[in-house]
Amino acid sequence: MTMPLPAFEYLTPATLEEAVELLADPDRSVMVVGGGTDLLPKMKRRQMTPDTLVSLSEVAEMRGIRTDEEGRCLIGASTLLPEIEASLEVPRVLAQAAGEVASPQLRNAATIGGNLCVDTRCNWIDMSDSWRRASGYCLKDGGDTCWVAPKSDRCWAVSSTDLGPVSIALDASVRLLGLQGERVLPVEDLYRNDGIAYLTKAPDEILVELVLPPEVGRATYHKLRRRGSIDFPILGVAAAARFDDSGTCISARLVLGAVASAPRRATEAEEYIVGRRFTEEVIEEAARLATGPVRPMDNTDLGSRYRKWMIVVYVARALRDLAAGHA
Amino acid sequence: MTDHVLALQVNGETHRLLVTDHRTLLQVLREDLRLTGTKHGCDLGECGACTVLLDGRPVLSCLTLARRAEGRSVTTVEGLAENGRPHELQTAFAELGAAQCGYCTPAMLLTARALLDETPDPTPDEINHALAGNLCRCTGYNKILDAVQLAASRSQG
Amino acid sequence: MGGDYAVVGRSYPRVDAMDQVTGQTQYADDLRPPGTLFGRHLLSTQAHALITDIDTSRAAALPGVKAIITGADLPIAYGILPVSQDEHALAVDRVRYVGEPVAAVAAIDAETAEQALELIDVGYKPLDEVVTLDQALADDQSLIHGEGPGQNVHRSAALEFGDLDEGMAVADHIREDVFFFRGNNHAALETHAALASFGADQKLTLWSSTQVPHYVHRTLEKVLELPAGRIRVIATPSGGGFGGKTDPFSHELSAAKLSMLTGRPVKITLTREEVFYAHRGRHPVLMWIKTGFERDGRITAMHFKSFLDGGAYSSYGIATLYYTGALQTTTYRIPNYRFEGVRVFTNKPACGPKRGHGTPQPRFALECQLDKAAEDLGLDPISIRLRNAVQPFSKTVNHLRITSCALSECIEEVAEASGFADKHGRLPEGSGIGLAVGAYMSGAGLPIYFNDMPQSEVQIKVDRGGGVTVYSMAVDVGQGSTSMLATVVAESLGLEPGDLAMVTADTDLTPVDLGSYSSRVTFMAGNAALEAAEKIRSRVVGAVADELEADPADLSPAAGRITVDGDPESGVAWPEAVRLAIAATGPLIESGSYRAPDLAGPYRGAGVGPSPAYSYSACVVQVGCDAETGTVEVERVWLAHDIGKALNPLLVEGQVEGSVYMGLGEALLEEQAFRGGLHRGPSLLDYKIPTALEMPPVETILIESIDPEGPFGAKEAGQGPLLPVIPAVVNAVHDALGIRIDEVPMTPDKVISALRDAARGGEGRFGPAGIPDFEFPEIIRVEPPEEFVAP
Repeated sequence: MTMPLPAFEYLTPATLEEAVELLADPDRSVMVVGGGTDLLPKMKRRQMTPDTLVSLSEVAEMRGIRTDEEGRCLIGASTLLPEIEASLEVPRVLAQAAGEVASPQLRNAATIGGNLCVDTRCNWIDMSDSWRRASGYCLKDGGDTCWVAPKSDRCWAVSSTDLGPVSIALDASVRLLGLQGERVLPVEDLYRNDGIAYLTKAPDEILVELVLPPEVGRATYHKLRRRGSIDFPILGVAAAARFDDSGTCISARLVLGAVASAPRRATEAEEYIVGRRFTEEVIEEAARLATGPVRPMDNTDLGSRYRKWMIVVYVARALRDLAAGHA
Repeated sequence: MTDHVLALQVNGETHRLLVTDHRTLLQVLREDLRLTGTKHGCDLGECGACTVLLDGRPVLSCLTLARRAEGRSVTTVEGLAENGRPHELQTAFAELGAAQCGYCTPAMLLTARALLDETPDPTPDEINHALAGNLCRCTGYNKILDAVQLAASRSQG
Repeated sequence: MGGDYAVVGRSYPRVDAMDQVTGQTQYADDLRPPGTLFGRHLLSTQAHALITDIDTSRAAALPGVKAIITGADLPIAYGILPVSQDEHALAVDRVRYVGEPVAAVAAIDAETAEQALELIDVGYKPLDEVVTLDQALADDQSLIHGEGPGQNVHRSAALEFGDLDEGMAVADHIREDVFFFRGNNHAALETHAALASFGADQKLTLWSSTQVPHYVHRTLEKVLELPAGRIRVIATPSGGGFGGKTDPFSHELSAAKLSMLTGRPVKITLTREEVFYAHRGRHPVLMWIKTGFERDGRITAMHFKSFLDGGAYSSYGIATLYYTGALQTTTYRIPNYRFEGVRVFTNKPACGPKRGHGTPQPRFALECQLDKAAEDLGLDPISIRLRNAVQPFSKTVNHLRITSCALSECIEEVAEASGFADKHGRLPEGSGIGLAVGAYMSGAGLPIYFNDMPQSEVQIKVDRGGGVTVYSMAVDVGQGSTSMLATVVAESLGLEPGDLAMVTADTDLTPVDLGSYSSRVTFMAGNAALEAAEKIRSRVVGAVADELEADPADLSPAAGRITVDGDPESGVAWPEAVRLAIAATGPLIESGSYRAPDLAGPYRGAGVGPSPAYSYSACVVQVGCDAETGTVEVERVWLAHDIGKALNPLLVEGQVEGSVYMGLGEALLEEQAFRGGLHRGPSLLDYKIPTALEMPPVETILIESIDPEGPFGAKEAGQGPLLPVIPAVVNAVHDALGIRIDEVPMTPDKVISALRDAARGGEGRFGPAGIPDFEFPEIIRVEPPEEFVAP
């Protein structure tokens, strides 16, 4: 108990409407807390000090997994990761990725909404206030320099969600509710490649649920981290594809996580593999093309050069999985 | 600051406490209830030493607001033994040298207890995965693995 | 000795195991006497700067703040070694690393203490930041200790035993290699904590998670200017030490001073981040090693240079420096040996002793070079080691006395158990196996401060009901020293370890033991306890002999009785025997002590390295490597350890397994890394210690060489087994992938770099290119001892 939390008021609205009103309250600085596994450490380090935390755990409709009449799987944002890991209704790849998040104890508290919206990370900011004072507060911290790329005018903190890239590969959507009403948008559009404003969600909007399409085809997720537990991804490759009877790829989505401030589609590689059979040559060429859209920076574990090399290896492995028929 | 009167059920006993919203379950257990068997190694959710069971599932008390525990049952290491009789895991950990400095032990025991409650006869792989959020700096985990297996086999037998 | 024992040699739980598993063990931060205040340190945000001003007035005005102190309140310097008293509890005039304590606050709760820190204003005038070895060796940077520009050399040394040039001249093959061991932290799960209480009686009590209550006691006496008799230091049960709690620390002194000012108990518990700043971890060491071999693998000469990056303060650094050169000779008969070393100051947290203190780095270099040399010479890793292996009851070229030594047996047994000969060079691509050895001291031969007193004292008191209480200042840091003492005494008195009451680590109650460092406790406190127990035994047996009109030589304590040998039903029960002894000869209180024989060689610097006995280890590691990702998975580890005599095999195995674990972390994951003067990740998320998923099964082979001077023949187990693990992993990766990684931790990016280098036609190596130009001092030349026998 050496790092007390800053003081705040903790509110647990029972309905979404109440929650949205709280978020929009101009007299408060409000943040939504899911499991708290990401937010509370950051608050202990004084990276943010909201005066109000709104928990959505009492909002019944945000909890649980169901399949609607169209065969779409709907996952409430407050659903805990172990429920997803154990669920037979969700695509296997999502269950697998949920089971690889953080550590068992953290997963027991963590929600899928929290993971999708997890703050971007950087080893220049996820530090104590004293450390940050020593380094000089960075761009994301109210300062005027990004220490990762001092000449840059944007923040390069890293998107660290596992379930974001997987959801994008699965062509999933999220349902948001705010003062302006409800909207559904593809998960891909939830993110913005900016370490500070990394979500397109308005501050008063609540991510209510994740919506997965009825058919997801073959899909896989490969996560790079140094230990088998606890660590955030420093690269995640989510891939999903459909094939015709001859084994020719007819559609593909290839998503790179944890190498930019948002999950990134490797569109050039996607376009290349569609219409092709996954021979070893095709896989290697696609893997090479996949490194195109991202520029990992030296702000996570291991170096940026290594992570860039690993994109090729991990994409190839993901594509081999798909070729081998992993669902 | 906002205070709440909380009825907290810990190890089967209900405590009525005045809790400020931002206090963690770890703080309340150690400072208010003086249940110091629950340890802390990082305060940031990175080591597992503060693990307690919340409705039977291991969670990190350093990242759990005390108010989140309201209406749920909390189990700490002090609640593992029943009527003075140690849990099989406690006996096995002692017998096999699964504790050296003992600092990670309370959390390790609780995590293992949750595993055995759900999976009475776990494989070594299942045990290692279940305990992968609990860092131990002394033992190298071999004897912890052995102790969990011994406790499982005794509970089965 | 080697005979039949009732307790010694049996596996049984720690005497405090049930307290641990029920959560009853009270660690330092678990203590909270009524009225306790919470203390916190304000940390330096500058790596190197003069303090121009500290204004605490705003903080002092905050309700709930009870006291604030700065460097001016604790102006007396201290340090663990008498020759290097260069630390202050709180920075005086100047800060030397980011994270250095600058002020301390005591407040009614943790929140208030934290708020108060934000209200303290410190003005700094920055100086040059000296963070790398090259910067430290340049002569135009600000001195970290002293004024003006200059070379930031803390200490350098140069010693030669035999004739290096002559040895090199007769070599058939000479290798030169450069290695780098990056530093790392102990990362004990319990962060350091201290609680101080200064009472109305003007006496100070300090509870602290320290490994060295005696040295903390001396430091408090000096810095607080209180008589030692008015200070009581209690080392609380430790949540892990590994050398990280072996210095006196700022928070101990700050808590004491704050308690003196407020008259209330004050507790300071370090955050995890502060542990990385308190540090005293493994030094980063750059090493150059040149060795001459004959065709058959015999070593003819070795020249070893080490460059230690010490951080901002001395700590144990002078000892560490010499340790990087001292123990190479304890495993191999090196006939001509030159050691040159230098330790520099840098603007980073101070390095110090971590498990193996200064010897894992050179052991890594030596064992990896030997692997390369064997390959050059067409020899296998086993035979080159056996060819050079040190023999029992011999002397090394640098005058270290070797007694029991089962190094060759360790090598043979570990090779046999692991199937090394069948696997080495023969496993499929990506799989590999590696071998390495090591040796470590069973206690440093000399105390830290010069004196003629015993290094360990033990007292035993026996109650009229037969209850035995053992008093020792030895600190159980998880290694099981309290159980060890119980074993020794129980064996001697015919009791069970669990029957005894153990009072340890309390300067008021227990006689001095110097502390839990240098793997000294089993050998030293064990012998002291044995001496005390034998005195008790002799008095009790004598009294029973008188009562039974028997010959004391026919009587022994066994299973709670004093019996006639061979007849377990005979004699009298222990409690009755005790009463007879007290009636006959008075209070049954005895003491024993141990002081190591004077073993230092005839040269300056000879104080580092001598030990009454050395443990030996040999390790085989099998790995599976992913050549695409550079990931190294350790599949299995075999470790043979010459323990002398395993007093409690269960606890010895625990030390071996824990050493393997820590070695694997150092080999593959852990690094105290910096960006300039900023720690790169002072947390258990960024500083990666292995989880259960990274830990392979360990097969421990205990070899009992029965040391003639150890208690029941025992030697150390806590540190030695770590030494061979790191090079064994690196050698295994070479066997798996053909590359040479001459730098640890061997992270996957380094493996990939070496593989890419090989693919481009390079030598397939990752490691440092060379060593800096540095003028070492004039060489002190020492004749080898007459008893030295070349291989």
